Amino acid sequence: MNWEVVIGLEIHTQLSTKSKLFSGAAVGFGAEPNTQTTLVDLGMPGALPVFNKEALRMAVMFGHAINAEIGMTSVFARKNYFYPDLPKGYQTSQMDHPIVGKGYLDVMLDDGTTSRIGITRAHLEEDAGKSLHEDFQGMTGIDLNRSSTPLLEIVSEPDIRSAKEAVAYVKMIHSIVTYLGICDGNMAEGSMRCDINLSLRPKGQKEYGTRTEIKNVNSFRFIEKAIYTEIERQADILEDGGRIIQETRLYDPEKNETRSMRSKEDANDYRYFPCPDLLPVVLTQVYVDDIKASLPELPSQKAARFQSEHGLSEYDANVLSSSRAMADYFETANAVVKDPKLTANWVMGELSKLLNQEQLDIENCPVNATAFGELLVRIQDNTINGKTAKDILQAMWDGEGSADEIIEAKGLKQVTDTGAIEAMIQTILNANTAQVEQYRASDEDKRKKMIGFFVGQVMKASQGKANPGMVNPILVKMLKGE
Amino acid sequence: MFEQSISTLAQKLRDKDISSVELTRHFLARIAKLDTQLNSFITVDEKKALEQAVAADHLLKIGQATALTGIPIAHKDLFCTEGTLTTCGSKMLNNFIPPYESTVTHRIQQAGAVMLGKTNMDEFAMGSSNENSFYGAVKNPWNLDKVPGGSSGGSAAAVAAGLVMATTGTDTGGSIRQPASFCGITGLKPTYGRVSRFGMIAYASSLDQAGPMAKSAEDCAHLMQAMAGFDDKDSTSAEKPTDDYLENLNAPLTGLIIGLPKEYFGDGLDSNVANAIMTAIKEFEKLGATVKEISLPNLQLSIPSYYVIAPSEASSNLSRFDGVRFGHRCENPKDLLDMYMRTRAEGFGTEVQKRIMVGTYALSEGYYDAYYVKAQKIRRLIKNDFVKALEEVDVIMGPVAPTTAFDLGSKTNDPVAMYLEDIYTLSVNLAGIPAMSIPAGFIDGMPVGLQIMGNYFAEAKLLNVAHQYQQHTDWHLQTPSMAKGA
Repeated sequence: MNWEVVIGLEIHTQLSTKSKLFSGAAVGFGAEPNTQTTLVDLGMPGALPVFNKEALRMAVMFGHAINAEIGMTSVFARKNYFYPDLPKGYQTSQMDHPIVGKGYLDVMLDDGTTSRIGITRAHLEEDAGKSLHEDFQGMTGIDLNRSSTPLLEIVSEPDIRSAKEAVAYVKMIHSIVTYLGICDGNMAEGSMRCDINLSLRPKGQKEYGTRTEIKNVNSFRFIEKAIYTEIERQADILEDGGRIIQETRLYDPEKNETRSMRSKEDANDYRYFPCPDLLPVVLTQVYVDDIKASLPELPSQKAARFQSEHGLSEYDANVLSSSRAMADYFETANAVVKDPKLTANWVMGELSKLLNQEQLDIENCPVNATAFGELLVRIQDNTINGKTAKDILQAMWDGEGSADEIIEAKGLKQVTDTGAIEAMIQTILNANTAQVEQYRASDEDKRKKMIGFFVGQVMKASQGKANPGMVNPILVKMLKGE
Repeated sequence: MFEQSISTLAQKLRDKDISSVELTRHFLARIAKLDTQLNSFITVDEKKALEQAVAADHLLKIGQATALTGIPIAHKDLFCTEGTLTTCGSKMLNNFIPPYESTVTHRIQQAGAVMLGKTNMDEFAMGSSNENSFYGAVKNPWNLDKVPGGSSGGSAAAVAAGLVMATTGTDTGGSIRQPASFCGITGLKPTYGRVSRFGMIAYASSLDQAGPMAKSAEDCAHLMQAMAGFDDKDSTSAEKPTDDYLENLNAPLTGLIIGLPKEYFGDGLDSNVANAIMTAIKEFEKLGATVKEISLPNLQLSIPSYYVIAPSEASSNLSRFDGVRFGHRCENPKDLLDMYMRTRAEGFGTEVQKRIMVGTYALSEGYYDAYYVKAQKIRRLIKNDFVKALEEVDVIMGPVAPTTAFDLGSKTNDPVAMYLEDIYTLSVNLAGIPAMSIPAGFIDGMPVGLQIMGNYFAEAKLLNVAHQYQQHTDWHLQTPSMAKGA
């Protein structure tokens, strides 16, 4: 059977506020257990939540970025369930009146096609703490540092039809929240976690099939793999005439499989009701408009500008604008180079290659954008050639100094003096008289094939410093004995 | 000593007729002698009291005293007090010593009052008789076979017996006013949001409100001066500036329009109580007030509405008592579920468990709209009734409770009768308006309370009305015989 996959995603984005959603405790990763907590995060009797206005501002920013209706009155609700790392016995979230209502994103796939993914809502909620099951002799340790950390849960419509589309959508969300500066985007530390709702239906059928929910997938690669394995699992069951059980599943990246966590029957009745400790959040139009006016340039806007202003191709513009750090790097370097195409090629080529090799983000690139631009300027003004530039970049990467310092120290300046090049060529010709004779006896076609040998010898003799653009014509002239 | 007003004692302290330490020892001695009969205290913190008294004497010496400096008071045992056991009347918190101070107790301490201890209460403030306490029932100082009312029964009994000059209480559905009425003292439930709830162990967050309990309106006003006001740690606290609660106590009542809701004088109200209330109203007429009959048509609906909303909130508020971080934990739990179930079954008393179950049911899927949502709609109707009535009258008066204090144990097996006790008080909490109970007579030796309800943030008005009445009556000055001569 030809199956169509239907996917909806819930993305939990940790907002990069200084303090927690409902307390003044600092938000941070990796601190000693229970050191970043107040009475509120510990759920002490009599402690009361106070809403962090910074989280509100960030949520409204996101709403604008996805073309959404902003909830002018949003209401916090309590989601009640017992768990040791949920100190109050309820999670404060939003249910009927979220801060961000319906919106959408246009997502571009690798093949250049665009699809519009609907976003149902995005709401603010607090994170729970962590249960630590090791090191406590059969007991469980509770770390409440994460308790009450602000999350924006972004819920998509079931509009996604493939793993690739899902990943493109998550990447787009990732890019937006990091552009807005409302999330650090660090997926390894759990700053973005994704729940995948997935079902299959025969192609052409209108009704949705029974879905499963895969919880807490935290990398682009795992999202893609989890979707493929779950599609396969569901298709196998359906093709054998079986039924999908509505349940929550967990993706195990080591075994590359999803496992059942709990079925619908075991699901909690969360008994949502409006939180009586918090007043409804009522926004003014001025507040909402001010935030809209102060939004930074978003990825899609930046990509469009890169094409119109810098004349980049759509592909290059999209790659360079996919992350704010990459785009900033490109623009800073290009401000020095003033050749967008050259800069784009080098950022997307050599620089990205080195970053990938070292598994570094561009934020942590050891060569800053201005220094990188200065290197490219030396290609432009013929001081060095491209091959030498690669070696210099590596040296800059290793901390040996600026491009000019390295060129100077290693004497890598390109030889552009005609006399010097002629002298070098004469030496080569003298040392290879047999080849010169052979060249002179050959027709044009053969000569063209032989010229590479002489160029190679000259470049070798010049240690790569001879300007290749100059070597060729002079060489041909001298070979002909002119 | 205890029969005097806070103002008089404050003057004596300032005049160095007596020191705060002497005053503190005097009241500690009264507690030691009399509270064995009443059980109004869960904790007497003698050490802290004497430390605070020494500090108060210092402030008096350097001339930085307020009216409360050096005055012995006590707090209901649901206000978290740093370093002092705070039980909420429950086994669940039998070992809970908060590392923090509630805003109310902090502010009263800042004003220089001396805390002698923490008063007994119905467990988690759930009850109308103070019989639902893990620490045993409180007795009514006017008759030791009768209940003091609840849930702030310990606070009311301690003031009535002269064990302290004033106490704090909390009122979710009548828990300040009904025990004030039963014990013959004055109690004020302020407007919701007037007093911070930070550090107050929550029963029903949208209804809970702390207030003062003392012999007179004037004494209550002294406490309000310290307690009231915005607190950025409580998102539901009102940013509106406070009034000076003492300034207008002596304003004349000429022209005051008193509304009498006919629903408050119908079936179920004891005829002797009705007579006492009408006598009090006549006194107000003598003081220049006029009376107007009004209607609060949804009064009867306040009981079902309250008994859905309050337990719903409680079922969620009390989820944090899970044995994980503080309070009671059962012995040798075999797994997580066992720990939760036994901890909560052992830690909570019957009434608390009952309300948690009612609230859990009311919020559950498929019932939420029929119960919680409907109860909130009724709540709005009740609020609208008051708003409309208070456009026509300045204050509303009526009984606090249908009867005077009843016998211990007489209603423990009849929860509906117990819930009906609150018929005249619940609607005030649902609407969020302020209300007082003031002593207005005796029936067979037991005090009767008059309830005075007012508009949002009209606490100063209520205190003025009550104070004027108390200038012309002496019900509030009566002392139960067990309290005399000690």
